Order: sequence, then C-alpha cells, then structure tokens
Amino acid sequence: MAIEVRIPTILRNYTGGAKSVEGAGDTLAGLFADLESRHDGLRERLMDGAGLRRFINVYLNDEDVRFLGGMDAPVKDGDTVTVLPAVAGGMH
Amino acid sequence: MLTISRALRAQIIAHARKDHPDEACGVIAGPAGTDRPERFIPMTNAERSPTFYRFDSMEQFRVWSEMDDRDEEPVVIYHSHTSTEAFPSRTDISYASEPQAHYVLVSTRDTGGAGDPEFRSFRIVEGDVTEEEVQISEGDAGMIRPDGGLDR
Repeated sequence: MAIEVRIPTILRNYTGGAKSVEGAGDTLAGLFADLESRHDGLRERLMDGAGLRRFINVYLNDEDVRFLGGMDAPVKDGDTVTVLPAVAGGMH
Repeated sequence: MLTISRALRAQIIAHARKDHPDEACGVIAGPAGTDRPERFIPMTNAERSPTFYRFDSMEQFRVWSEMDDRDEEPVVIYHSHTSTEAFPSRTDISYASEPQAHYVLVSTRDTGGAGDPEFRSFRIVEGDVTEEEVQISEGDAGMIRPDGGLDR
C-alpha cells in the first residue's frame, strides 16, 4: 500500500507523463518531500516556502487540505491525494 | 478554432448577464480527445467580485472528478469581464493551467448585461495567448427562441 497522488496535466512533465504516482509519508509535507526525491522540481510547483501555493488546490481523499491542517495534514497508506491548479483570473 | 453550438454560446452569455457586474465563470465539458464542448457547467465565482474570479475549490473538485469518471475533459473554460474587453488579462494568463482548453471570454462592459456581448476564444499555453476563430454550429443542445433566450 502507498498513497496515490493524482497529478494534473500541467505538472505531468515532472512525472514522465504519469497521471498518478505513489508516495509515502505521515503528513502532506512528508509526502511531498518523498515525491520530490523521485520527481525533481515538483515540490517547488506545489509549495511556496513551507506552505501551499495560493493557486494550487490539494485534496486529501475528498476534502481540501486547507481545512485539514494544510501541510501538517496527516496522511496514511490507502489515501488518495489530488492536485488541481485553481481555475482563476481577473481583469488586471 | 473553437466550434460551439449556438445554444451553448447562449448559455454562457446568459450566465455572464445574470452575474453582471460580478465576473461569471464555468466550464463546458466534452468527451476526452474530441475537442467538442457538450455539457454546460456554470460554476460559482468564490470571489463574487467584479474584478476577479476563482472556482470554488470543493465545487471544482466535484466537477473535475465527475469529468474524470465520465472520461471527459474541460473543453471550454469561460469567464466574463464586466468592465474591460474580452481579452485575457495578465492574471488570466498567469493562472491558465489547462493547455488543451479553449479559454472563452465574454465582455459585458458595453451592454451592461443587455444586448449581444463580445464573445472571443483563446488558447493559453505556457504564457502565450493566441486568439482563435469561433465557429457557431446549430447544435441540438437546446432551441433558441426568437428573443434569443433558450428553451430546453
């Protein structure tokens, strides 16, 4: 068992084109560190310093991690983590 | 080139008018790989703002999961500008993250929500914007009444 991480189209150049990859960790931060060891540069696209980038949404199973403690959200084998860039814009 | 039915075009415009002066936003899903916009999905603008839009994060998750289950993709991603032209702003370009999508912009600035607004389509790939032709097809996704409204 591992944690399945679903990767959006725009970040699949970091995963060799894979739609989902597997990782391990006790927290979201740990999981991203584990992913970074195999997918160089991915973490930088997800995180801004120690926190999540403002226009990246990350879901643990079916909940937004911002409601679950952010990067400290606990994760475990069998979980599914989904990354979706926010759809956003404006007049300026 | 974007090919879109007259009925779907009318639905986008109706949504933009309804939410004016706030920006309206949404998606038209289609079968993956076909480039055919078919299923109209108006989204909540979580910002409820005349100058900014952002899909509600949980609604986006549900809609994206549903598209995945149905083997669809976001063929069109639309939003309105309510006091500027229907052209991608710097903000629109920097957050554009679906390179296969047609980014449709509607401007309600001149019409205040009445009349036929500007309706334009763009590709946004790695920060480069390319406008494309919009071709209207007489689809079967609804019937247009003589007054421009939509019967379904």
